[in-house]
Amino acid sequence: MKQLGLLVTMQPSVKEKNAAMVEWTEQERSIITNIFGNLDYEDVGSKALSRCLIVYPWTQRYFASFGNLYNAEAIKTNPNIAAHGTKVLHGLDRAVKNMDNIKATYAELSVLHSEKLHVDPDNFKLLADCLTIVIAAKLGSAFSPEIQATFQKFLAVVVSALGRQYH
Amino acid sequence: MTFGSAKDKEVVKAFWTKLAPKADDVGADALSRMLAVYPQTKTYFAHWKDLSPGSAPVKKHGKTVMGGVADAVGKIDDLTAGLLDLSELHAFTLRVDPANFKILSHNILVVLAIVFPNEFTPEVHVALDKFLGALSRALAEKYR
Repeated sequence: MKQLGLLVTMQPSVKEKNAAMVEWTEQERSIITNIFGNLDYEDVGSKALSRCLIVYPWTQRYFASFGNLYNAEAIKTNPNIAAHGTKVLHGLDRAVKNMDNIKATYAELSVLHSEKLHVDPDNFKLLADCLTIVIAAKLGSAFSPEIQATFQKFLAVVVSALGRQYH
Repeated sequence: MTFGSAKDKEVVKAFWTKLAPKADDVGADALSRMLAVYPQTKTYFAHWKDLSPGSAPVKKHGKTVMGGVADAVGKIDDLTAGLLDLSELHAFTLRVDPANFKILSHNILVVLAIVFPNEFTPEVHVALDKFLGALSRALAEKYR
């Protein structure tokens, strides 16, 4: 009976599990859905990835097979990078559609980035920062401090989820 | 602290001439964003009456901060020597955790993207990011 009691106390209750989940207000949810609802994925995706490769050149290590990355111009006009940036941005759609369960949503992608792609998870933050800057340039002053806070919170949760399955 | 190549310095100085007339607004906006997006930074300003975006103390302080950045642009060839006094101020009087320099730098870059969507190209971005990093390191020189 004592052992049973121990077992019961060791399992996290549903309440405790939910307490660990990220909380979103209605306003935060609508800010995120609005940003992604009005996004030009090809433009923003390619700009964000190419900016990342230019501003943080060591990130180019993951794109050795993508062709000419010799200088900023080459990176900006590289069609493989553009296509990949679009793909990555669409990958964020999953998080937008599952904001209450981003960790589980990205479990498989996290394993992929760790086991197959061998991406240092620090890089996720670098790309997230570049995406923030590209969105800021697009939205201008409409990208208010409050919206910036929500957007960065969203990206931080995504970044954390993508790094979760590394071991 | 040596910063960047001759080209990097050229890019920073050229961009600064565009930025200078708007420096006060950029400073105020960057500070507002820092306080809103990274609430832990508010702990350094508990003595202000109003920490909301665009408030009077925020505007005033944004101007002060950008004055420091302007100073650094002028001393770009030797940031460590040039920012000695400011480093001592931050180290011994203000005692700002240097991790926050990175946070403020990020918010300055976000504002630059907003104010200069076309001129803040990736090439300008990398030069400025390097510059702000070197500035931050020079500011942290006297800490210990």
